[in-house]
Amino acid sequence: MSAPSAIRVLVAKPGLDGHDVGAKLVCRALMEAGMEVIYTGLRQSPEAIARAAVQESVDVLGLSILSGAHVPLCRAVAERLRGLGAEPGELLWLVGGNVPPGDHESLRELGVRRVFPTGSSFDEIVHFIEKEARP
Amino acid sequence: MSERDDDRGVVWDSGLVIEPVYTRRHVEESGGEGRIGAPGEYPYTRGIHPLMYRKRPWTMRQYSGFGSAAETRERFLYLIAHGQTGLNVAFDLPTQCGLDSDDPMAEGEVGRVGMAVDTLADMEEAFEGIDLDRISVSLTINGAAVPIVGMYFAMARKRGYDLSRLRGTAQNDILKELVGRGTWIFPVEPSVKLVGDVMEFCAQHVPRYSPVSVCGYHIRESGATPAQEMAFGLAIACAYLDHAVERGLAVDDVAPGISFNFDIHGNLWEQVAKFRAGRRLWAEIVKERYGANNPRSMQLRMIAGGGGGGLTVQQPLNNAVRGAYYALASALSGTQTMALCSYDEAYTIPSEQAALLSLRTMQILMEETGVCDTVDPLAGSYFVETTTNRMEERIRAEMDRVQAEGGIVRAIAEGRVQAEVNRQAFEHEKKVQAGEIRRVGVNCYVQEEESREIEMHPFREEEARAQVARLARVRKKRDDAAVETRLDVLYRVARDGRNVMPAVMDAVEVYATVGEICDVLREVYGTYVEPIRF
Repeated sequence: MSAPSAIRVLVAKPGLDGHDVGAKLVCRALMEAGMEVIYTGLRQSPEAIARAAVQESVDVLGLSILSGAHVPLCRAVAERLRGLGAEPGELLWLVGGNVPPGDHESLRELGVRRVFPTGSSFDEIVHFIEKEARP
Repeated sequence: MSERDDDRGVVWDSGLVIEPVYTRRHVEESGGEGRIGAPGEYPYTRGIHPLMYRKRPWTMRQYSGFGSAAETRERFLYLIAHGQTGLNVAFDLPTQCGLDSDDPMAEGEVGRVGMAVDTLADMEEAFEGIDLDRISVSLTINGAAVPIVGMYFAMARKRGYDLSRLRGTAQNDILKELVGRGTWIFPVEPSVKLVGDVMEFCAQHVPRYSPVSVCGYHIRESGATPAQEMAFGLAIACAYLDHAVERGLAVDDVAPGISFNFDIHGNLWEQVAKFRAGRRLWAEIVKERYGANNPRSMQLRMIAGGGGGGLTVQQPLNNAVRGAYYALASALSGTQTMALCSYDEAYTIPSEQAALLSLRTMQILMEETGVCDTVDPLAGSYFVETTTNRMEERIRAEMDRVQAEGGIVRAIAEGRVQAEVNRQAFEHEKKVQAGEIRRVGVNCYVQEEESREIEMHPFREEEARAQVARLARVRKKRDDAAVETRLDVLYRVARDGRNVMPAVMDAVEVYATVGEICDVLREVYGTYVEPIRF
C-alpha cells in the first residue's frame, strides 16, 4: 500500500475583510497536521476563489469571514463554483469566523458542510477534516 | 485560600522574567532611576504633561459608525449626549478599500462594519450640527486616507471652520495596515508617499491636525508581543519621519503631528512598563536622532485601550469586566485618549447599550476611583521602575534587530514582520488551547450551557441599497465635466510625483467619489500585492 497523499486545502479570505489572523493560524495548524495548504491572501473575489478551488483540485475549501458578510459571500462562491461545473457539495466546504448560530443553517443550504465559529480549537478543525475529507 | 506550590516562574509576553519581590537593588541593576525625570519634562517617562489628569482628563473616544451617514450621526449624537468628548469614526470596508458603494466588490459590505462614504455629501451629513471645535474627531482611515481626509477638510471649510485652527486626527498609518487589519490599496512605496502627502499638507495648511496615528495596536492584535508592538510602532513612526525629512520638511514641523494608538490587554504591569519605556525612548529618538528642538515633537501622545485581542466570544459579559481593567491600565499608563472595545464587540457592531457601558466604565474610573488624583502614581515603585528599564531594553533590541535587517519598510514589504507576528500568534494560541495560558470562560471556568445574551447588530440590505441610490443621485446632480477635469489634474499631479492633497480637495468639492479618486491613483501607482509567507 502506498502512502496516501496529503489532504489539499485552500484557505481563502473572500470580500474586503482584512482580519487574517484566524485564517493564517488555521493554515499553520493544518500544515502542522501534515496537510498541503494554499492560502489566497486577502480580498479575493468569489470568482477567483472558485477558480482556485477547481484548478488546484483541492479536497477542502475553507473560507474565513469576520465582517458579517458571510451569507452573500458564500452565495456568490456557490454560484461561481457551479458556473465552473463543480457542485459545492462535492468539496468539503468549511467556513470560519464571526458567524452567529442563526446563520449556520443558511450556509449549510448553500453547501457549507460545517461552520467553525471564532474560538474553535485547532484539534476540532483538524479532526473534522481528517474524518470528512476523504471518507 | 490555597497556597500555590507550583510556582514555575512568571514570564511576561515580552519575555521578561519577573521576580517575586523587587528591591532597590533591582532598580539599580537595571539602570537606575536616572532617566525618569519629572512629568511633562524630557524624557517624559512619567507623562507628557506636568499635571496630567489633574489638569487634562483623558478624552473618551469610542470607535463608532455603521450604515449610512445619517445612522452614524445618530450614534455620534447619542454618545456626545452621554458625555463622550471625542469621536472615532468607523468606515465600512468598501470606503476603507477605496471602492464606491456600487462597486461589485462592495456587494454585501456597504455600511456593514462602519459608515459608508462615497462623496462629500455623506461626510456633510455625518457631521451636521456637530461642533468640530468642541468635539475632536478621529478618522479611522488608512489606504483611502487621501480622499477621506480631503473630504473632512472640505466639509469643515465649507462650514466656515478655519483649517489653520482645525484639530483632529487621521489614522493614516499604512505600514501597520500591511501587517494587520489589511485595508491597503496601493503598493508600499506610493502608499508611504501618500502618508507623506497628508503630513506635508497638514504641516503647511492644517498645523493643529494630527495627520498620522501610528498603530502598534493592530500589530499587537495580530500577535506581536507588547515589546514588539512598541518597537514596530516606533520604527514605523521613524519611517514616516524619514520620509518627511527626505521631502525637505523640518522635523519640528511634522513630528508634533504624529500620534500613536496602542493596545491594552494581557498583563497590566507589562502595559504600564511598555508605555513608560516607550515614551522616553520616543523622546530620545526624536531629540537625538532627528535633532528636534520643539518639546511637542518629542512627546509620545497616544490613544490607548481597545483590547480586542483580550476579549472572548465565550461569556461575553466578562468582557465588560476586562474592559474596566484595561481602562485602569490605560490610565496608569498616562494615556491622552481612551477607547474600549465593548463587551459584544468580539462578534458584532456594539449595541447602543454596550457602547454606553464602555463609556460609563471610563467615566466611573475617572470620577469615582481617584485614579486622576496624582500624576504617574506608580513611579518610584522598585518593580515598575525596574520593569520600565527592562522593557526599554527589549524594545530597543527589537528596533535594532529590524534596523540591522534592512529597516521596517523592507521587512514589511517582504512579509517578514507579518510572518514573525503570525508565528507568535500561533504559539500563543496553542498555549491557550492547551490551557497553559489561562483565559476565563475559554479554558477555565467554562460554562457548558451558556446563554449568549448578545444582541446582534442587524445588517439591513435596504440601507445598502439606499446608499447606492444616494450615490446615483449625487452623480446625477453633480457637474460631471468639472469632476472629469479635476480628476485629470489629479492624474497629472500623481504621475509627476507631486503632493496630491490639493488636487484631491478640488475633486471632492465637486463630489468626485472615493472610488473615482482611488481609481485615478491606482492607475498611476498600481495595486499592492500581498507577500504571503509563513
